[in-house]
Amino acid sequence: MLKEIRIAGFGGQGVILSAHILGRAVSIHEGGFATMTQNYGPEARGGAASAALVISDQPVLFPYVSNPDILVVMSQEAFTRYTPELKEGGVLIVEEDLVRMENVPQHIKVYSIPATRFAEELGKKMVLNVVMVGFFCAITEAVSYDACRKAVIDSVPEKFQKLNLDAFENGYGFGKNLLAKGPSKEEDTEPVSVLESAS
Amino acid sequence: MSTTADLHIHNPVEDVLRKERIPTIWCPGCGIGTTVNSFAAALLGQDIDLKKTAIVSGIGCSGRVSGYMALDSFHTTHGRAIPFATGLKLANPELNVIVYSGDGDLTSIGGNHLIHAARRNMDIMVVCVNNMIYAMTGGQAAATTPGNSITTTSPFGSFEPEICLPQLVDAAGAVFVARWTAYHVKQLERTMAKALKKKGFRFIEVLTPCPTLYQRRNNMGDGLAAMVDYKNRSKIRNGAPTYEVALEPGGEIVVGEFVDREREDYLTRMRRQLGTNYSELPPQPEEEEQEGCCSSC
Amino acid sequence: MMHADPNCVLTGTHFMNGDAACCEGAIAAGARFAAGYPITPSTEVVERFAARVPKIGGIFIQMEDELAASITLQGMVWAGAKSFTVTSGPGYSLMMEHIGFAAMTETPCVFVNVQRGGPSTGLPTLPAQGDMMQARFGSHGDYSTISLVPNSPQECFSLTVKAFNLAEKFRVPVMFMMDECVGHMTEKVVIPDAKEIEVTPRRHASKPPSEFLLFEPGEELVPEMAHAGEGYKVYVTGLTHDKRGYPLMNPASQKELIPRLFEKISRAADELTIVESEGLEDADVVVVSYGITSRVAQRAIEMARAKGLKVGKLRLICVWPFPEKLIRELAPKVKALVMPELNMGQVVIELERCAGGQCKVISVPHPGGTVHKPADILAAIERGAQ
Repeated sequence: MLKEIRIAGFGGQGVILSAHILGRAVSIHEGGFATMTQNYGPEARGGAASAALVISDQPVLFPYVSNPDILVVMSQEAFTRYTPELKEGGVLIVEEDLVRMENVPQHIKVYSIPATRFAEELGKKMVLNVVMVGFFCAITEAVSYDACRKAVIDSVPEKFQKLNLDAFENGYGFGKNLLAKGPSKEEDTEPVSVLESAS
Repeated sequence: MSTTADLHIHNPVEDVLRKERIPTIWCPGCGIGTTVNSFAAALLGQDIDLKKTAIVSGIGCSGRVSGYMALDSFHTTHGRAIPFATGLKLANPELNVIVYSGDGDLTSIGGNHLIHAARRNMDIMVVCVNNMIYAMTGGQAAATTPGNSITTTSPFGSFEPEICLPQLVDAAGAVFVARWTAYHVKQLERTMAKALKKKGFRFIEVLTPCPTLYQRRNNMGDGLAAMVDYKNRSKIRNGAPTYEVALEPGGEIVVGEFVDREREDYLTRMRRQLGTNYSELPPQPEEEEQEGCCSSC
Repeated sequence: MMHADPNCVLTGTHFMNGDAACCEGAIAAGARFAAGYPITPSTEVVERFAARVPKIGGIFIQMEDELAASITLQGMVWAGAKSFTVTSGPGYSLMMEHIGFAAMTETPCVFVNVQRGGPSTGLPTLPAQGDMMQARFGSHGDYSTISLVPNSPQECFSLTVKAFNLAEKFRVPVMFMMDECVGHMTEKVVIPDAKEIEVTPRRHASKPPSEFLLFEPGEELVPEMAHAGEGYKVYVTGLTHDKRGYPLMNPASQKELIPRLFEKISRAADELTIVESEGLEDADVVVVSYGITSRVAQRAIEMARAKGLKVGKLRLICVWPFPEKLIRELAPKVKALVMPELNMGQVVIELERCAGGQCKVISVPHPGGTVHKPADILAAIERGAQ
């Protein structure tokens, strides 16, 4: 099954690394195929960052993603720019504190997580991308928990392993809880209870 | 050639020349051969392993020097002798690497490399034979052509100021900078000998006559007249600040060893700064494993 | 045949981009020296090399421009090293003179070109295959060389090793023609055990200096090489030269030297026919492609087969020398050859020449910046099948 994924946010959020972890999980730890591409702009830092990942059980032929099955957005700009590209019935994963959702098409399924707050709780805002990876893993099941966890381990320096695994678990746990409740709507995100339920 | 051998006359520098390549292509009265004689004498007078000595030239009359020397000879592309020499030195630091080329080659088309090799203090010696003209191509104006000279591309007199090479390489960081003329054969030999033994970027400018294409068109007489001119106009000023040595048409020719200082050369500095990050040999097995991708992805 | 140095090869399974894989391929092939100049989208190769090689006895030097980089690497080679440089469009143009110098002086080395949209500054961060003719004919004068084109990060590793090996075998500058898409694309890359990586050693002088001629054609018309500092007093010049390497500028010496530079490649035509093919036997249409375009072409081929068309695939891994014999044999058996390229039609000129009017040759040009839409290639296949 071929799945096209886009992860977008702004520079410094670890957008590329999160796609890297997922690609690694699929292609190395699950024996599937993954092709990651990223957008390069003249802006080095702080601008928009976006990575595309095509995963499949067959070799990936066409490397680019124009209409993703799954879109992960971590900034307002990314939401505005990429949401219209989502496939009919696609999945939108949102960093809910950084994105105010407007005009969300009816056909897509939306899952939100306050990933930055999770990361801050762990003491390092930087790991929000790994929280997102955990959440992505739980929600989409495009890649297995085990493979993803392994990919997290081999993508981060050893001294940050525990921190990143905690971030991954938090995102994953939150995702599983949310799935039990069903896709979120804009109005029913309750950030405070969210943090409690995850820990 | 055979007559010379038959008479058992031994040229004192023939051991470092490719005798089978001689006679040279240079014109009568040309000063390049004179500099080569000084260079060959300097090489032989030193405790230098000639098997570990490479000579690199670019293109032009002086670019042919590398091919007359019985060393490892590299006749490269126009202007690029210095970067080629850089590659030789880096991949085999044991080599003595000498760049021998002309003014147009080294300072105009190759000017950028000259600046950066001096800046890096690459451990090479550069001999720049300055005949103030593009000679191989028939006498066109160069960056070194004195103002108001007649050349084939400045038939009414050149009106560009000439570059002052000692000042340029001094500013860029050369550790040794000297200038002589083809008249100063002994001084040149001594300076070359000294430079051969020094580490770092060394630059020697030698003014030479081009009777065929420069002297003649500018009513300056033949090669001998040029020697007289050099003798009369030269003033030896060792240690002179290089901003005082610019050449003026008809003016004083300041010669001597202008700069002789110590500065860490490229490879020494590289090794010092890299510290434990540099190893001449690959690490032996079981040492730290490198992470494969994150640094670059 | 030698093998890669196990202490330097990053054996394992990686998720790595093409630029990084190319760097690892160079290291596995034995390159410890490189000279470069930064240019998008190739810079990651030398960035990685600069971080990797100091610990394994190598040096990367960033030169003042591409003219310098492309000749510094040749100084390194003549000092005994395996060396390469990496660049993209504008830098590649600047390197042309030294590609000719390497061809003339038979300096084994590798030029990596991560192709981007052009001409001029063009599209620095987006792919194209617009330098394919330049790879073949870019330097002045007549010479023959080898161009390999990878279509995945995995091949950026394995074909870089091959590029170095061919450079040593034939003593030519080998062009490694990546593109931005392949260079920046991240996929699984398996780097085998060092003892599974074959490395071609230099054809080093087998005779003592007194008997050795630096440019005497040896086995397979390729001379042996001696390095600076070994006592051979080598004479290397970009001028037309005799067997000693001495300049000898006349029609006879030119005739002795230049045709040999061609023949050492052309007589190895079979060995250098490096392709990947599938379904050629009963195909009505064969899609001939190379590099990243071959992957998109594969999708178009699958779409066409789903429609019941008999379509074959021929992917050129070695584009230069062009697999002339193969095309001459194939052309009379098919209705059409379809060639998509990320340029306005370059290698298709050679395809058309070799097809010799025996079948239709359909070019699917693309100015670059992205890859083809499979549908565009499919349309050409359908046209060819009519």
